Amino acid sequence: MAGLATSLGAGAATNSLAQMPEIDTLFLFGSNPTEAHPIVSIYLKKALRNGARLIVGDPRLTWMAKRADVWLNLRPGSNIALMNGLIHVILKNGWENREFIERRTEGFEELREKVRGYDLKKVERLTGVSGDRITEAARLYSHADKAMIVYGLGVTEHRTGTENAMAIANLALVCGHIGRPSTGIMALRGQNNVQGASDLGPAPHILPGYQPIANPDVRAKFEKAWGVPVSPEAGLKSVEMLDKACEGKFKGLFILGEDPAQTDPNVHEVRRALQSLEFLVVQDLFHTETTKYAHVILPGASFAEKDGTFTNGERRIQRVRKAIEPLSGMAEWQVISKLSNLMGYPMTYRHPSEIMDEIAALTPIYGGISYERLERESLQWPCPTKDHPGTKTLYSDLFSRPGGLARFVALDHKGPGEVPDREYPFVLITGRIREHYNNGSMTGKVPGIVELVPEELLEMNPLDAKRLKIRDGDTVRVSSRRGEITVKAKITERSQKGNVFLTFHFRNALSNLLTSEYRDPITGTPEYKSCAVKIEK
Amino acid sequence: MSEGKLKITINGIEAACEKDETILQVAKRLGVRIPTLCHDDRLEPYGGCRLCLVHIKGVARPLSACTTPVADNMAVTTENDTIRKIRKTIVELLLSNHPNDCMRCEKSGDCTLQDLSYEYGVDGSRLEGERWDLPVREANPFIRYEPNKCILCGRCVRICNEVVMAGTIDLTGRGFYARPDTAFGRPRTLANCEFCGQCVSTCPTGALTDKKSMGRGRACEMKKVRTTCGYCGTGCNLDLNVRDGRVVKVTSAYDAPVNHGNLCIKGRYGYDFIHSFERIKSPLIRKGVKFVTASWDEALEVMASRFKALLKKYGPDAVGAFSSARCTNEENFLLAKWVRTSLGSNNVDNCARV
Repeated sequence: MAGLATSLGAGAATNSLAQMPEIDTLFLFGSNPTEAHPIVSIYLKKALRNGARLIVGDPRLTWMAKRADVWLNLRPGSNIALMNGLIHVILKNGWENREFIERRTEGFEELREKVRGYDLKKVERLTGVSGDRITEAARLYSHADKAMIVYGLGVTEHRTGTENAMAIANLALVCGHIGRPSTGIMALRGQNNVQGASDLGPAPHILPGYQPIANPDVRAKFEKAWGVPVSPEAGLKSVEMLDKACEGKFKGLFILGEDPAQTDPNVHEVRRALQSLEFLVVQDLFHTETTKYAHVILPGASFAEKDGTFTNGERRIQRVRKAIEPLSGMAEWQVISKLSNLMGYPMTYRHPSEIMDEIAALTPIYGGISYERLERESLQWPCPTKDHPGTKTLYSDLFSRPGGLARFVALDHKGPGEVPDREYPFVLITGRIREHYNNGSMTGKVPGIVELVPEELLEMNPLDAKRLKIRDGDTVRVSSRRGEITVKAKITERSQKGNVFLTFHFRNALSNLLTSEYRDPITGTPEYKSCAVKIEK
Repeated sequence: MSEGKLKITINGIEAACEKDETILQVAKRLGVRIPTLCHDDRLEPYGGCRLCLVHIKGVARPLSACTTPVADNMAVTTENDTIRKIRKTIVELLLSNHPNDCMRCEKSGDCTLQDLSYEYGVDGSRLEGERWDLPVREANPFIRYEPNKCILCGRCVRICNEVVMAGTIDLTGRGFYARPDTAFGRPRTLANCEFCGQCVSTCPTGALTDKKSMGRGRACEMKKVRTTCGYCGTGCNLDLNVRDGRVVKVTSAYDAPVNHGNLCIKGRYGYDFIHSFERIKSPLIRKGVKFVTASWDEALEVMASRFKALLKKYGPDAVGAFSSARCTNEENFLLAKWVRTSLGSNNVDNCARV
């Protein structure tokens, strides 16, 4: 999300899901919505039935890729090269939107200089996508009226994740495809409240509502409301806290509803860090890999057991309502309040609605939100005041950057941190399947789902399988420089030759023992989408 | 009135409308009820059940409200003796091949056919004829199909093909032998079905029902709590159906702003974790290699004193917290506030990247 924030101003989807059926050209990039976001895919399918053209950028032959007008079957991690190639073609043919570039953007000359070096030959070599496909995709996208780029974690879960998102913004800006209904960039969020968790300030360098901690006026506002000084120093990112724990410089941690010991890449390192802590509290619904390292385990309350709000991928703030009492007696907001009281800082909330009132008072983009309003209407931020109707389309007028201009960022291809070689010849891509979710601690408790999908399967191309004499259902060993797991093979055209695919839903086949330690230096997002492995029968 | 708008009357009530709207859409907006069976707002108009027939001034025969577009100055009457009689006959015909076992039917109380029978005073005794006698199909974890209760409205088939585009079921056979089915009548498996339960959500009778909630309570016994799904970031609204303090079923309403009643396998069927026996039930404190059960007060005391001790010994830079994209906005805000006020650092981050 830092990518879109740099280019456009806010780290959020620019449009609304309900606008999707009117798209005339859909560019789906690094996203497999029929598996990971089935209800979003319903909107996109409606667009396709209405006659939308479809470009899919994905190394896997997904449901959408099968139905695409152009499938850009790029090599994992070559996103920037592909985007630069598309812009190269657009500029070469004069398909760009000059008026938009002049009136609403800055930094175009640097971009033009940069992409000059990305001719089709070079891009073909870097991405593995044929020049014809790139040209056709550039033509379709640039000639569209209502063009939307929908991207997913295939874009962000690379060591260049932030830059990949900026590269996407470059493409949209060159064509002026932003700031109109059904025209813009939609990032699909992986977890229910990724947007809300980003918006509300559990981040080391920002206070709620993306207000920089470095800004003294912002700090003064919070200090006045909270009655304590707020440290002007940016804190540590989660990765840095773990690194410092390994070095013995970080001692105490409260983990709320996360399982880094299973879902973080290179879990060996994570486990060593957790083990080094003097005091670890983990609050979760279930015992996970992470709770094993805790000194205190607290029971979490599920979403059915508490009041609150979630913010979805289109910035819509929606109510979570208590259907049953917390099974353990307390919801998280009560636990944090009590802990704070015990440590000497009073928190006296009687209901989560009072927390939302505080959020609204301190956070301009949530300024108009209250539980009372949410009973009557559905609101998308920015919603600064009590009479503001919320915002369906961002940037119809100005970008939320200094001067109101969007910024082009000239980027170079870097590629993935680890590339296949003789010893580890396959690229492992990880992702989700429709039936399961993340570490499987929720879906793994649903008997029907477990019956349908009981175990991890390694998806591999028939040609690779034939060469290694692996048949469908054979047990194979998948290993990388960091670890190995044993799984059954599923032979499918969905994986291209040289690529294999695993989910991360199963505790007995931890694919994150294999994934690499490379991360995006800006956000700390791990490179889940590409590492080198070998496969043996 | 703005340009391009038309004016019609429904039962004498005037309404402004757009030219591509149907009579049914306008009537709904006005709050005039027209009975339907084959209609679902999520689907294209179908005009199959003929229950929504209305009288239009100057038109000799009644027309179906769901498929007839409005025209300027149209005068619509939604109910009169003729139309009532037609509707009553339609329901009688449907009941002539329907097992009248409402007393044990899962769908009772939430069944359009039952409601219509009540409304038109029909009990299924007027027309006698051959009846289906087909076995119940439930060789899968989620979807129970009782073909004898099918009225051939085609909603399940259309939602599967039009909305989900999964192509799992279609109308097979002809005439009396027509019924929705999978290809070759095979059981539903992942090879042919997404198990999203969209077909169940649209079925107006007890033909398609949720197998998991069979016998767990009827619609009138459920407390429905509108909330937002806890899986992916789409933000679908769910109605948690609660009975005796347990979530026993999930449904979704058409007025949900994001999903309009559509759900996927996880949203509709992935709720068992809530009452799983594996849930952590009370706080646990490590004693050596073992964890011992503790009260909330004990656990919170330990946490407060340990964090305070660490702060004293190592300073605020050595402590922190991870927040979660699975938790609510309010909890994320509060945890960050706790780090900044009680710990005095900015060492707080979230898992927004997993």
